[in-house]
Amino acid sequence: MDYLSEHLGWMAWTWQTMVFFGSIAACLAILTTLAVVRPETPRVGILGFATTRGDRFFVSLILAAFIFLFFIKIGGDNPLYPAVVALLMAAAMFRFA
Amino acid sequence: MTDNRVWDNRAWFFVLPVMVFVLFSSLLPMMTVVNYSVQDTMGQNNFFWNGAGWFANLLDSSTEAGQRFQGALLRNLIFSFVILAIEVPLGIAVSLCIPKRGWQVGAVLVVIALPLLIPYNVVGVIWQLFTRTDVGLLGASLNALHIPFDTRQDATSAWFTIVIMDVWHWSSMVALLCYAGLKAIPDAYYQAARIDGASRWAVFANIEFPKLRKVLVIGMLLRFMGSFMIYTEPFVVTGGGPGESTSFLSIDLVKTALGQVDLGNGAAMSLVYNLITLTVCWIFFTYTTHADQRKDA
Repeated sequence: MDYLSEHLGWMAWTWQTMVFFGSIAACLAILTTLAVVRPETPRVGILGFATTRGDRFFVSLILAAFIFLFFIKIGGDNPLYPAVVALLMAAAMFRFA
Repeated sequence: MTDNRVWDNRAWFFVLPVMVFVLFSSLLPMMTVVNYSVQDTMGQNNFFWNGAGWFANLLDSSTEAGQRFQGALLRNLIFSFVILAIEVPLGIAVSLCIPKRGWQVGAVLVVIALPLLIPYNVVGVIWQLFTRTDVGLLGASLNALHIPFDTRQDATSAWFTIVIMDVWHWSSMVALLCYAGLKAIPDAYYQAARIDGASRWAVFANIEFPKLRKVLVIGMLLRFMGSFMIYTEPFVVTGGGPGESTSFLSIDLVKTALGQVDLGNGAAMSLVYNLITLTVCWIFFTYTTHADQRKDA
C-alpha cells in the first residue's frame, strides 16, 4: 500500500473516484460474463435502431454524465437526486432501448 | 450439418499488449484527469476534495472560468459550422471536376492531395508567413491595396485567415472522399439518365448525391472532429488572439491546464469537452453503421 501511494501519488486518487471507476469496471465485468453465459441478439427499441447491452450501457453512462452536468448547472447540492434520475434513465434504457 | 470448427478463444490473449498500451497511454491519464477534476491542489502532490466545484464554476457563465469556457465552446462551434459549410460543397464541386479516366486522373489526384501531406505546424507556419503584413505575400498585398488586414490586431482578419487555412488544408480530403464515392457509381446509371434526357442537375440530384451521402457523413464527421479539436494551426498563426478571438477549446484548455497550471479547472474543462466529442462521435457512428442496415431491411 505504501508502494502504491508513493508511485501513484501523481494520480491523486480519492475513494470517490475509486468507487466510480470500480463500479464501471464491475459493470463491464458483469456485461462480459453475461455475454458469455447468456449471448444476446441485438433488438430494436425506442431508439429506432438495434442495440446490444453494451450500447445501452454506453448510452446510460453518457446520459448520466449529462444529467449530472445539468444538475450542477442549475445549482443543485445533493448528488443523490441526479444519481436516482440517472439510475432510472439507465433502467429505462435497458428495458426499452 | 454439424459445426466442426474448434472453439478456441485463446487468440484474445494476443490483444493483451494493445490493452496494456491503451491502459498506459489513455486510461490511466484519463483517470488522473477525473481525479484532478474533483480536487484542488497547492502543489507538492497535496490534494483537497473540491467535489463538483470546478464543474459548477465551468457551467456558471458568471464566473471567469465559465465565461472563458463558454466563449471558447461557442467560437469552436461557429468555426466548425463555417468550415463545414464551405468545405463540403467545395469538396463535392471539386470532386465532380476531377477527370474519371486517362493520365490526368493520377496527376490531378496527386496535386489535390498535396495539402494533406503537409504537417499541421508547417501549415500554420506557411499561413503565418503568408499573412504577415511586412513580408507576407497576402498580408502585404492586401495592405498595399488599402484593405485593412492584420491577423495580430484585427479579429476579422484572424478568423478569415484561419478559416481559409482550414479550407485550403482539408477541402481536398472531402473532395477525395467524394471522388471515391462517385467512382463507385456504375456507368449504366449515367447511360439511363442520358436516354431519359436528364439534365446535369437531375443527374447530380438523383444519381450522384444519393450515392455520396455515406461518404459525406464520414467526411463531415472527420472534419467536425478535426475542427472541433483543432489546436496546432491557430496556435501557430494567431496564438489564440487577438485577445481571445481565436481561442478555441483546445487552445483555451492548454492555456488553463499547462499555462496557468490550473489543474482543477483544466480537468473539468477537458472532461466536458471530451463528453461533447464522445457524444457527437457516437451519434455519427451509430448513424453511419445503422443507416446501412435500415436500407437493407
